[in-house]
Amino acid sequence: MRIRKTAAAGAVVLALAATATACGGESGTAGDKASGGDVYSGTYPVNDKANVNSPAWKEAKKAGKITIGAKADQPYLGFQDTTGKRTGFDIEIAKMIAADLGFSEKQIEFKTVDSNVRETAISKGQVDYYVGTYTINDERKKQIDFAGPYYTAGADLLVRRDDKSITGPDTVKGKKVCSIVGSTPLQEIKKPKYGATTTELAKYSLCVKQLLDGQVDAVTTDDAILKGYAAERPKKLRVVGKPFTKEPYGVGLQKGDKALRDAITDALEKHIKNGDYKKAYEGTLGKSGTSFVAPQTPLPRT
Amino acid sequence: MNVLLDFLPEFRKGFLGTVSLTAASSALAILLGLLIAGFRVSPVPPLRAFGTAWVTLLRNTPLTLLFLVAFFVVPQVLFPGTSPFVLATLALGFYTSSFVCEAVRSGINTVPLGQAEAARSIGMTFTQTLRLIILPQATRTVLPPLSSILIALTKNSAIAGAFSNTELFSVSKLLNDQGRPIGWIFLWIALAYLIITFAISGLFRLLERRLEVAR
Repeated sequence: MRIRKTAAAGAVVLALAATATACGGESGTAGDKASGGDVYSGTYPVNDKANVNSPAWKEAKKAGKITIGAKADQPYLGFQDTTGKRTGFDIEIAKMIAADLGFSEKQIEFKTVDSNVRETAISKGQVDYYVGTYTINDERKKQIDFAGPYYTAGADLLVRRDDKSITGPDTVKGKKVCSIVGSTPLQEIKKPKYGATTTELAKYSLCVKQLLDGQVDAVTTDDAILKGYAAERPKKLRVVGKPFTKEPYGVGLQKGDKALRDAITDALEKHIKNGDYKKAYEGTLGKSGTSFVAPQTPLPRT
Repeated sequence: MNVLLDFLPEFRKGFLGTVSLTAASSALAILLGLLIAGFRVSPVPPLRAFGTAWVTLLRNTPLTLLFLVAFFVVPQVLFPGTSPFVLATLALGFYTSSFVCEAVRSGINTVPLGQAEAARSIGMTFTQTLRLIILPQATRTVLPPLSSILIALTKNSAIAGAFSNTELFSVSKLLNDQGRPIGWIFLWIALAYLIITFAISGLFRLLERRLEVAR
């Protein structure tokens, strides 16, 4: 009898806890389901004759697979769905490079690497190269090398579609702007000349949720990431389109591996020229309603 | 090494952030913990049930979840525009109060029943008995677990860094994102936490020595 009572009490508490968690979860409010349509995913002809004089490449060739670091939580950019499939613009770039290095799609092993351990993962050889909104800067270049840039992003603002009051970084005075802890655009928008109040959360998805809920007025980060969220919910969100910083995205690889770097740069150049790049962009980030801007070619070899 | 000197203002802000979060939420946790412990040993059944529900719910919920509720549900339903510091203090304080409550209750259980009976026989009310007889004797036993709980609280406060609070962890994240050497950042952050937790354990050792009695 006593046991039954305890069990019943336990069930009640569990039910309570379950309802409490349902509110805090990331599922979002009803009616705000993603509706961006299918994400483009292309296949690229594998270059069987590839031969790169790089230790990382040789080891990958021997093992028969190449390990690529990527993000898994950025819709339309670097995203992994519940079935394990990866989609997005960065993923397409990573696949194009792999194809040119002589690895078919089956031979790619994607690895999710969090922003703050990117340098470590690359320099320790846990990934052969890394494609994931990786801004080229001098501090990082001390530890790793970059190929590219393959895309020039810039800090921008994501707002609710019907919000006409924010037209650029100069109109955020007194508005609430959200970004993730420690991110560079946040440090920029915090400056007194913009005069915004800021909210710092752990993930962009949390910021987007607060934006949809009306608790903040804008989300700021690189426009590529924002375009991804806008592509996911084109009826609810839009990107302002006035970038206020410059973030050249590169492909990260081990320091000193010049052969691999040149091979990656060549691959990028080739796919930009043959139109794969444009197709990949329009099938992913382009769905946000922003137009395609051709990247600079030939790529500066940094 | 250079990271610390170059970013001294950031580190100082983070350190003060962690200290103030810890201080505010420990105050809340101890206050609530004592109150709920009182509920749990009180002769009134509804209060006892409330105390049990409080402890069960808060002690068994992941802290991150409480933070999510505090940040995404509380402002929407109750007070929009509450400062992140207050919300973080509430989440941390409520969570830790359940542990404080159980520590206090275990302390109360070490006081012989005869003490309470004697107090009642000279006409003391329940509150008087608790305040004048039981709690002073229980304090000694409660101190060691309480210091552990507060040290855990200090480290748990790192979660607040992910929710719009400036504290040590968010500073490490900031420097990390700029690509500064990760090893040094971690070392300095770890040292800063050590300073705070050492202060707590030192304070409690002092208190223990003060309150020591031969039994």
